[in-house]
Amino acid sequence: MLRLASIKRGWAAPGWEACASGWLPWARRLAASGVAEGGEGDPLGGAGEGRATKRLSLLKAINEALYIALERNDRAYVFGEDVSFGGVFRCTDGLASRFGHHRVFNTPLTEQGIVGFGIGMASMGMQPIAEIQFADYIFPAFDQIVNEGSKYRYRSGGHFNSGGLTIRAPCGAVGHGGHYHSQSPESFFTHVPGMVVVVPSSPADAKGLLLACIERKDPALFLEPKILYRSSVGDVPEGHYTVPLSKAHVVRRGSDITLVGWGAQLHVLTKAAQEVSEKDGISCEVIDLRTLLPWDAACVEASVNKTGRLLVSHEAPLTAGFGAEIAARVSARCFSRLEAPPARVCGMDTPFPLVYETLYLPTALRVAEAVRSTVNF
Amino acid sequence: MASCSAPVPICQRYVARAPAMRRGPLPEALARSARRSSGSRDRRTVIVLGVATKPAETKSKKDAAKGGEAKGETLSPDVARDLYYDMYLGREFEEMCAQMYYRGKMFGFVHLYSGQEAVSTGAIRLLRPDDYVCSTYRDHVHALSKGVPAREVMAELFGKQTGVCRGQGGSMHMFSRKHNFLGGFAFIGEGIPVGLGAAFQTKYRREALQDESADQVTLSFFGDGTCNNGQFYECLNMAGLYKLPHIFMVENNKWAIGMYHDRATGPSFGDNVPNIYKKGEPFGMPGIHVDGMDVVKVREAVATAVARARRGDGPTLIECETYRFRGHSLADPDELRTKEEKERYAKRDPIPAFRKYVLDNKILMEAELKDIEQQVVECVEDSVQFAEASPKPEKGQLLENVFADPRGFGTAPDGGYRYEQAGFTSGTAQVS
Repeated sequence: MLRLASIKRGWAAPGWEACASGWLPWARRLAASGVAEGGEGDPLGGAGEGRATKRLSLLKAINEALYIALERNDRAYVFGEDVSFGGVFRCTDGLASRFGHHRVFNTPLTEQGIVGFGIGMASMGMQPIAEIQFADYIFPAFDQIVNEGSKYRYRSGGHFNSGGLTIRAPCGAVGHGGHYHSQSPESFFTHVPGMVVVVPSSPADAKGLLLACIERKDPALFLEPKILYRSSVGDVPEGHYTVPLSKAHVVRRGSDITLVGWGAQLHVLTKAAQEVSEKDGISCEVIDLRTLLPWDAACVEASVNKTGRLLVSHEAPLTAGFGAEIAARVSARCFSRLEAPPARVCGMDTPFPLVYETLYLPTALRVAEAVRSTVNF
Repeated sequence: MASCSAPVPICQRYVARAPAMRRGPLPEALARSARRSSGSRDRRTVIVLGVATKPAETKSKKDAAKGGEAKGETLSPDVARDLYYDMYLGREFEEMCAQMYYRGKMFGFVHLYSGQEAVSTGAIRLLRPDDYVCSTYRDHVHALSKGVPAREVMAELFGKQTGVCRGQGGSMHMFSRKHNFLGGFAFIGEGIPVGLGAAFQTKYRREALQDESADQVTLSFFGDGTCNNGQFYECLNMAGLYKLPHIFMVENNKWAIGMYHDRATGPSFGDNVPNIYKKGEPFGMPGIHVDGMDVVKVREAVATAVARARRGDGPTLIECETYRFRGHSLADPDELRTKEEKERYAKRDPIPAFRKYVLDNKILMEAELKDIEQQVVECVEDSVQFAEASPKPEKGQLLENVFADPRGFGTAPDGGYRYEQAGFTSGTAQVS
């Protein structure tokens, strides 16, 4: 079946993502959609100027970023569950053999411990890069992140801080993940002042954003859309570079409506934009937010002031998802310019389902229909 | 409802096809049990708190039927049949799962139990139907041992409407109110507090509501990796403090995906290897270490713990040393475990070992065992056919059971499901 065929082609090595029904064709279309490159302007903000590039998948780009981070700072560490053999997604492949098991090591199965321990290390000036195996498992660590990590600098008056801490976690739907391997918990953390929350959508962005998060002096949560690990491939500049945080990237210029998304959903938006452009002649501006906290409101507002319409889309459930924040702010700041109410095309307000994943997710079809109804408001 | 309901489900617990065989008069039985406990068996069991292995007085048949064989007494043929059927069913079912998975009938993350059958069978088969079991993501065989029909488990794995959770949960989330099976948890350690809650309500009914018949016990299963998780320790403390009728069953298969137990867990003070069973005593309960590849030993250990819990003496921690023959899940390439280790444990495969035990002790005959195996194969094949023929869940099921109202909150003003409304897929996902 699909799985065996893909293994024979050598395209998906045995691993967490190499199973089941129906996501493979979609993922291949993602790779072919070429969103990683060819967008408007330079997503890297000039960082890739004059450099050689290599064609890498998202997970290889992240692997390179970790490699560079560990090389540049000998007080940088990578730890988490199963990271020393390479991790269940192979993002930490080769790090332990290169940097040693005292710097790249496995922790016991205790998320609260992993993050708390990371906060302690960060408060001593180190650069811990903690991996939470799936973003769905981050909730035992929620207390440490919200109550300790994000408030450390504030409540100590600057004496101590956990700025060196970066938490990486694979998030998002993968086709067969079910309740506990598919969640997108970004909105829980965008509610926490003091945190930086970042979601990349392409390999070049991922490498630069991860390095930026690691070097940023605030605790950062880097959510990696797991479905893009192997399916998103693009040209990645070699060596060290950072992508500016809190700067959104306009992937596609348009004039009728602004579509805002991040991570894997960006590819869905691009597909929908293409469809409505061909079939209905609607010109969509697609923005990749990249950093969710603090987010680039200026870019989105400028775009909505130009187009007059907004649509936000994310996999996480609709109610109180991050789209609500974007819609609220844009409504307040661009009120008189708006020609239609801001639309949100999101996951349903149910736990992430197992068999109804396609019914639950905000697919390109739903986005396209929402675009049409917003434009025709 | 399913369109393919057979009049009588095939996979009930083993149905004897031949008249029950009684093996030998009483004195011979005693002599056999004496031979057994004299050390002719594997010495891998280390028991911390005085569980006797001396041959005890012969108990009445009624007690034996309730699973309360005295220590050292040979199993009765009925019990032996039940145990063999259950272990063989567990193994065949999991092997069929692997086949179905590679054929694409089953999807998602599937974690197989092959190799650990002795723990599930040894522990769960001596429980009463009203006792509770709480499991992990490796829950297919626990569900089968507890009595959930193989058909319903297989249909759940296929994501069909006739599955035990109506296709909602999949492999990692088997639940059954009828069989008091509390799930199915993807998250390690998440089920243990739930098990404590069930144990608490039993104790409450007995002591506060003066219900003498409330002596159910709860078993929570979890792995070696979970023993480093905060929830485990919190639960040990609460169970010991409140003296709950709860048994902590640790299935120590030495590997937490790719982390070897000895490298993830520190040794107890004065030792050079970690000993999970020693973590019971600091929290006020006995800690027992048992050979988890030997169903009879597991059964004995759990019987002691169950008796203790039913008396109201509190919880027990039982560490079963066992091994999973397959990888962590069907997507795990299982590259980290050495061939030597796998071969070593393959030699301790619980099913051939039990087979040899019942034949050597003349409890059952070869023909009966073959008959049981045949029944199991038929049962598993029937469950696959049932699952394949079952319908997928209705679209509206997505919106059900989010809140207490079983029709969910996705009902339209006219009372029907939202998905029945025209334009369901258009616009936003707002449900109001």
